[in-house]
Amino acid sequence: MGVLERIAAVRGTEGYTAVDARDGTPCVRIEASALPAFALMLRDECGFETNTFVTAIDRTEKRPVFDICYQFLSLQHADRVRVLIEVDAADPRVPTIKDLWIGASYSERECFDMFGVAFEGHDPLERLLMPEGYEHHPLRKEFPHHGIEPDRLYREWERTRSAGGKA
Amino acid sequence: MTDAQTYEYTPGVPPDDIDHDDPLHGEMLELHMGPQHPATHGVLRLGIQLDGETIRGCKPDVGYLHRGKEKSCESLGWRKFFPHTDRLDYVQPLLNNCAYAMSLEKLGDIEVPERGQTIRILIMELSRIAAHLIYLGTTAIDLGAVTMFFFTFTEREKIYTLLDAYTGHRMNNTYIRVGGVYADVDASMIAMTREFLAQFPSKIDEFEALLTGNRIWYDRNHGVGALTPEQALAWSLSGPNLRGCGVDWDVRKNNPYCGYESYDFEVPVGTKGDCYDRYLVRIEEMRQSVRLCEQAIDRMRDTKGSDFLTRDRRYVLPPKDKVNDSMEELIHQFKVVTDMSLPKGEAYAPVESSKGELGFFVASDGTSAPLRCHIRAPGLMNVQAIPLLAEGRLLSDMMAIIGSLDFVMGEVDR
Repeated sequence: MGVLERIAAVRGTEGYTAVDARDGTPCVRIEASALPAFALMLRDECGFETNTFVTAIDRTEKRPVFDICYQFLSLQHADRVRVLIEVDAADPRVPTIKDLWIGASYSERECFDMFGVAFEGHDPLERLLMPEGYEHHPLRKEFPHHGIEPDRLYREWERTRSAGGKA
Repeated sequence: MTDAQTYEYTPGVPPDDIDHDDPLHGEMLELHMGPQHPATHGVLRLGIQLDGETIRGCKPDVGYLHRGKEKSCESLGWRKFFPHTDRLDYVQPLLNNCAYAMSLEKLGDIEVPERGQTIRILIMELSRIAAHLIYLGTTAIDLGAVTMFFFTFTEREKIYTLLDAYTGHRMNNTYIRVGGVYADVDASMIAMTREFLAQFPSKIDEFEALLTGNRIWYDRNHGVGALTPEQALAWSLSGPNLRGCGVDWDVRKNNPYCGYESYDFEVPVGTKGDCYDRYLVRIEEMRQSVRLCEQAIDRMRDTKGSDFLTRDRRYVLPPKDKVNDSMEELIHQFKVVTDMSLPKGEAYAPVESSKGELGFFVASDGTSAPLRCHIRAPGLMNVQAIPLLAEGRLLSDMMAIIGSLDFVMGEVDR
């Protein structure tokens, strides 16, 4: 039984839209508020034991939205599913799924770090790769590839250095 | 130890169950391991809370090697990102190349000729052996078996000589391209590879004679860092770390790519999920990789002289001799280099790398640069699991745990 049939068998065809992905992975689009229930269903009733990644796509060049992408893997059925959620780029926020798959914790932190997506209920939501106190979210399209300098951390470092290494 | 209170560090909050008359316990010591510690296998910092020698808390701090690879991919475009994939997990560049090429092929519906697939499998399995040898050498040297490091690096050097012959570089090969591989394989390389594969299994036996039954190696690894299958899945672990707990899941078997389904090999699984099982799984994987290489070499004879790169000229460069003579071909080469675009949509193609499931999630808006390129790095998930395995264990077990989880910071930080 395919992923979409398994989902339809549990909750019908309401509340989500199946979309085609270029690579043939079954893909569903849901609302952010439906995520906790949908994720719980994927884990407990559709057999998705593990979270592969959580990331975002910045689509602001066309429309002011981010797509939050989740991908899950089911070992017992040997298939994958991708869940897409469209959020407002001005205030991107989705509920966390780290209580269901603890492995999604770093992925969510990375997504917050790179895109500024707030994962509600992920506490404390810290940066993963960029230093604490960094002011920008580098994978947003508005962030230039060469970086933004001087930023606050850089200025602090400059001040420390000019004071002979003493802050 | 009795006058530990006089040490000059900020005392932490000891847990309630600690007996303060016990001289081995008392206050928590904050220990920063790394980022320049040789046993962290790269620039990883671990903030460790120590009670005596027992780890009570551990917080990995990653990002010291963050180079913004995903951002670079968006800026550079589809083709020019290939050399950057080498520098992710730099002990296995060819597996990274292949993962990236495969996601692009999925996006563009590009067929890879059979010879291209066979060459890919051959060099990917050689890379897997080289990567596992690094694991073995570095983990063993961290646990005191210094000789192993030299033994494994001797073998790895032989593989690098082979890869040099195949790809033109010892490291950072950029050999696998969209639609196939960069160059064909000739008979002399095959002969060299056969020579290597003939003697390598006896070397694995030598490694095993040194370590598998070794009392010190066994005691340092057995029962340390044990995982249950449920934990491993919930923590998104994959590859040998997942198979070490007895979960029979290998992308090569379960989501086959490059024609792995037609090869005869076995997937080793462990039972206890501890460091020792992960070691045994990796040793057996090297033997299976030798089998795969031998089969790939045998097939190479059948496809001799056929295409190793797709003929779809939208994605591959025209032959060099034609570029020198023909204006149209020159223009074509220029177009491919500067303006190769892929259809709209999203694609994800996983490969079984030596660290676990490696995949590139790419989103295209139909232009010559990706809208988004997310690298699903298995190493990041392995780092995430360090606190799970280390808490409650002794500090010295940390070396075994870090070594056996096997990650490379170039891939973790990207």
